[in-house]
Amino acid sequence: MTLLSVENLSLSIGSLPILRDVTFSIEPGEIVAITGESGSGKSMTAFSVMQLLPESATTQGAIHLNGRNLLTLPEADLCAMRGNDVGMVFQEPMTALNPVKTIGDQVAETILIHSTATQAEAQSQAATMLARVGLPQDRFPLSRYPHELSGGQRQRVVIAMAIARRPRLLIADEPTTALDVTTQARILDLLKDLVNEFDMGLLMITHDLAVVADMAHRIIVMRHGEIVEQGDTQTLLATMSHSYTKALFEASSHQVDLPEPSEGHIPILSVENATRDYPLPRTGLFAPRQHARAVNAVSFDIHHGERLGLVGESGCGKSTLTRAILGLEPLQSGTITAFGVEVSPSMPAAQRVKTQVVFQDPYGSFNPRHRVARILSEPFYLAPDAPKGEALTETIATVLTDVGLAPSDATKYIHEFSGGQRQRIAIARALITKPELIIFDEAVSALDVSIRAQILDLIADLSRRHNLAYLFISHDLSVVRTVTDRVLVMQSGEIVEQGDTDAVFTNPQHPYTRSLIAAAPVLPDLKELSDAPA
Amino acid sequence: MLRYTLKRLLSLLISLAIASVVIFAVIEIAPGDPASFMLGLNAQPDTVAALRAELGLDVPKSERYFNWIGGMMTGDFGMSYTYRTPVAEMITDRIWVSLPLALYALTLSTLIAFPVGIYAASRRGQAGDMAVMGATQLGIAVPNFWFAMMLVLIFAINLRWFSAGGFVGWDKGLLPALKSLTLPAIALALPQSAILARVMRSSLLDILSEDFMRTARAKGLTRRQTLFRHGLRNALIPVLTIIGMQFAFLLAGGIIIEQVFFLPGLGRLIFQAISSRDLIVVESVVMLLVFLVIMVNFVVDLAYAAVDPRLRSRT
Repeated sequence: MTLLSVENLSLSIGSLPILRDVTFSIEPGEIVAITGESGSGKSMTAFSVMQLLPESATTQGAIHLNGRNLLTLPEADLCAMRGNDVGMVFQEPMTALNPVKTIGDQVAETILIHSTATQAEAQSQAATMLARVGLPQDRFPLSRYPHELSGGQRQRVVIAMAIARRPRLLIADEPTTALDVTTQARILDLLKDLVNEFDMGLLMITHDLAVVADMAHRIIVMRHGEIVEQGDTQTLLATMSHSYTKALFEASSHQVDLPEPSEGHIPILSVENATRDYPLPRTGLFAPRQHARAVNAVSFDIHHGERLGLVGESGCGKSTLTRAILGLEPLQSGTITAFGVEVSPSMPAAQRVKTQVVFQDPYGSFNPRHRVARILSEPFYLAPDAPKGEALTETIATVLTDVGLAPSDATKYIHEFSGGQRQRIAIARALITKPELIIFDEAVSALDVSIRAQILDLIADLSRRHNLAYLFISHDLSVVRTVTDRVLVMQSGEIVEQGDTDAVFTNPQHPYTRSLIAAAPVLPDLKELSDAPA
Repeated sequence: MLRYTLKRLLSLLISLAIASVVIFAVIEIAPGDPASFMLGLNAQPDTVAALRAELGLDVPKSERYFNWIGGMMTGDFGMSYTYRTPVAEMITDRIWVSLPLALYALTLSTLIAFPVGIYAASRRGQAGDMAVMGATQLGIAVPNFWFAMMLVLIFAINLRWFSAGGFVGWDKGLLPALKSLTLPAIALALPQSAILARVMRSSLLDILSEDFMRTARAKGLTRRQTLFRHGLRNALIPVLTIIGMQFAFLLAGGIIIEQVFFLPGLGRLIFQAISSRDLIVVESVVMLLVFLVIMVNFVVDLAYAAVDPRLRSRT
């Protein structure tokens, strides 16, 4: 019998239509992935199945789980269903757990509310479940609090909570998006094993097509609240009958046309034995202060016009290194020299003009009360000979045009722009002082694939026109591979491998680089797929 | 947890030491001679000299500071100049009114605010919430002495349930004593509970939109279970902060209410002492209040740690 069947589901929140005529089904033991860009309605589809929708939501159609239509069930029955028949895993493991309750209590709670188990029985079942998801009691006792666990470990707790009652259906909403690649690979393996072991259906929501292709038996592609295409993974990838599916896959494996690196090796930035320590809280009142070494004796150069990549997992020291290069934090030893002058927090402001930065979050990195013109002219506070009046307006118009926006956008506020446009504004802000080096700190990580492809093209184009050098920091190996000439691999504060990007990716020498590359999900080669008999 | 407590205790002692030096410095070392200040402009020089000797102003300042501190630790707060009675006695009498009144008012305010705040948060944007928001707005805007007068009018003069003022004393038994504190406690509690209910509401609303609340719903908890099992404890931190601040205010800030109800409390004592320039009383009462407020903050800090495990391990 079909486990879950969604029939002609339409959903609107208030008067805003969110989903239109969504129809799909899941069999026991089957992994179905819904993919699409932000705003496609994929998460809302998942929440519809859980019936955890905002109060102003109205639904039409039917959602049958084990033959019962969830849309007509009273709330009490839905509560009995959630967690018992359907479990759910969320995107953000850092916030999905209650910070003031132990992991044991939180897993046991699922068991307690759906069964007649005693507290002790529930705790022992919780211990079994936690061990099953890879958190054995000897190392992760039930008395642990969420803040004592890493992101990957917390996601395991969330999974244990979701599967504690061995539900027939598990819904995972971007379960690995917030995790590092190696952790992601392990969590995905765990989910696959659980599906087999419990004969569960798994509805997986993800924007990452490489993950989809790797995991799912069937794929559903959504856009603007509608399903544009669905089918068996192999067949769908081979045929891609809908142009949007094709566009989505092409954008995901987008290769930019990077200009040849300029010859002549003039280093513009040299980092020599840079070491950065953070003080840890004292362990005792009079105990000596301990230090954590975030960046350990790192050395590298960036040459004029060179595109350098920096990859590594969270906590490896990428961001600390960035702040040191920008002269925002002091080094404990070693030196960083940019354009022949030593970088330090106390350096004169005018020295900061030639190195600029673009951050990850296009929503959080602007003052919402400033107009674009003011945001863009802000870096001129650094420049002694900043343009004023007419000249300033002209400069702003030029950089806006440079990044593919209109000069008239200068008078708008930041909330009038989409995420991709905001990231263009961030790039314009970095470009306005005519820097020779830009640091892109996860600058495309928060963007949808099609927007990401456009921004990557823009970066390549700007580097061609302005002969820019950049340091491109990312956890996404496929992106680094296409936009850089040379790459550094960082682990625990140290550079463990560096070399030409192609050489490092095709023939990694260091075991850590190898594990990173192995863990990264890859898109199947579309050409191969379509040539092979379906 | 032990380390956290010890750290808080250390910071409590340091705060107390600093506060005592500041209070001593402001009152005793500030320009002008305390004795001539206390006696006013027309004092005879020999009266001033006599007072100086009595106050011990002829010994060095550092010695005087330690005498003061040492005295307070052994319960000797000095002699009131105006009343010619030991300050310790005056304070003891008053604190047995002020402290229970503050605790009474705080208990009432918490008992009112918690259910009201939780109710409003669980009905966000609906009529019940609007009503609560309107009522609490009024509760904050209307001064507590107006409530006090209304309470006296209704419950003392018209209904004759309570007496209009005065304190019968604890020796008359617990219930009569509490009864005579009831109207003032309600008058003090109403505006405080309006503030607290709003803090509770907004703090809960913040928590309601947290990811882990959605996780709890996905486990199969009802809305109500989610609110009480996962929301409340997380929402408590800002509420505890406000409760701590309100207690400090209620201890000394009840002076108008004490006047309205003729209560012999600390607020009135300090007001009278300031009017009669009785620096010894002022100094001691202020130090006592500082001590109580710092103690309350210490208790609030411990409560934070009891509520939030993240604070315990951060030490």
